[in-house]
Amino acid sequence: MTRERIAVFGGVYSNHVALAAAIADASDRGATALYCLGDLGAFGPSPDKVFPLLQDASVRVMRGNYDDSIARGLDDCQCGYTDPRDNHYARLSYQYTFANTNPAHRAWLAALPDHFRFTLGGLRVLCCHGSPRQMNEFLWESTTPTHFLSKLTRDHDCDVLIGTHTGIHWQRQLGPSAWYVNVGAVGRPANDGHPHVWYAMLGARDRVLDVEFVPVAYDHEALANDMRDERLPAEFIETIRTGWWTTCLEVLPQRERARGKY
Amino acid sequence: MSCTTSTEAASAPAVPLTALDQLWFQVSGTVCNLRCRHCFISCAPDNHAFWFMDRVQVSAALAESTALGVKEYYFTGGEPFMQPALPAMLAETLALGPATVLTNGTLFTPRRVAELARLAAASMYSLELRVSLDGVTVEANDAIRGPGTFARALDGIGRVVAAGFLPIITTVLPGDGSEAEVLLQDFRAVLGRVGYTRPRLKLLPTLRLGAEVARSGRYAPDERVTHEMLHGYDLDRLLCTRARLVTARGVYACPILLDHPSARLADALGEATRLSVTLREQACYTCWQEGAICANATAGAGA
Repeated sequence: MTRERIAVFGGVYSNHVALAAAIADASDRGATALYCLGDLGAFGPSPDKVFPLLQDASVRVMRGNYDDSIARGLDDCQCGYTDPRDNHYARLSYQYTFANTNPAHRAWLAALPDHFRFTLGGLRVLCCHGSPRQMNEFLWESTTPTHFLSKLTRDHDCDVLIGTHTGIHWQRQLGPSAWYVNVGAVGRPANDGHPHVWYAMLGARDRVLDVEFVPVAYDHEALANDMRDERLPAEFIETIRTGWWTTCLEVLPQRERARGKY
Repeated sequence: MSCTTSTEAASAPAVPLTALDQLWFQVSGTVCNLRCRHCFISCAPDNHAFWFMDRVQVSAALAESTALGVKEYYFTGGEPFMQPALPAMLAETLALGPATVLTNGTLFTPRRVAELARLAAASMYSLELRVSLDGVTVEANDAIRGPGTFARALDGIGRVVAAGFLPIITTVLPGDGSEAEVLLQDFRAVLGRVGYTRPRLKLLPTLRLGAEVARSGRYAPDERVTHEMLHGYDLDRLLCTRARLVTARGVYACPILLDHPSARLADALGEATRLSVTLREQACYTCWQEGAICANATAGAGA
């Protein structure tokens, strides 16, 4: 019997070049199903380009906070920033994305679910965007206690909790058959000085989860050129080229912030 | 001191705890090595209204906190580093989750900083240091915090930065907030001089209570939270729907209202989590306006 192995993508952020590369990579690795945990827009150019990629590859997509805002025509991205500079760049990004998203795609976003439930190797899996209790909740590795994650799995009846929203991948085993996995983002490097992006391959057997974080190299210079042509902020382009985050930094805790350049 | 009448208190709205995300410890009580003019609970070397918590009290609350799903732990005072057992308390906390210490930064001796760095390195969780400054000059800061405090705090900041910390620098934003960006730029320049080149800054609103009343005056009579003001309001913006404060003398609704007997909820944490908080105090109005003023969100290093 073929063991099921799924690929899970985090925030896409309009990075159509990386998304195409990640889909191809996951297919090459024999992924039996592809999932995307939302935030299709932000930071990158030409937001409409990611929709046919997702649809043609039959990726199961859920609605993140960004998608929720774009779909409903809200004033901001609901990213959860509190800092004026972070909010300034979030506003620029959101206004561009909203103005360049086809109404048909907005309607498609509105119809997406906000979570997935399925079983994998006997484990009950719950996928969400931020957390199961709050779509835009940040679950950073250095500020999320194990007992807090265990409570979430108990409160929401699952063995494996999978999320994104932070943009940095990490995982933790919570018990003999319980895990939290943050799949990171395919749309933005992980603030580690490398331009590649990340997704997660997950498999399970006999109620034991196997997590593999997969780096994806892609033509980031092509994306950077697209962004320049679209007159997106130089700070966003620098992140794509260098792998260091330049904006939306103030939500980072001490540990994750210290690992970055800015 | 509360100026709430019984009629106003009776009509004030009450909010339940949504989730105990933040657990605060009044770890050094109201004892502080400084006597700041704006302190909302008038902490001072001789203010013994609340005495130090002991390790048994902290350990008991920590033990209770895991089943309650606490996400972050905060240590405040007074000046927490006057508490001799703080390193041991932090070590116990950092085994469970992230910890933040709110400090005036004047007691960062080389030995203490080395100890904090060891604690941070030994934990999988973040140890955050939040340092208060008031103004970007000796004159502005020391007029509020006392002679010599600006230099001592800056020295301390430089020391913890050299040890690998990125402390959150907090300051009270005077007036209507229109000068925020200028103030932030000035802070970046000052902090850069002690080697802090990408500072994390947090601006705090003025709370017109405690010692601050002498400087800013009291709240106007109508500055209080009403039932109508909570219609359509995101209650998660209020700290008391997400936090409780443990002290040596019981559990309180939030760290701002330590001086207000009405904010004392219960002897034990578990009981305090089951009780709603009545927003009867006028400081609740500032929390309602500003939201999440006590949490760690910062205001940016700037380009």
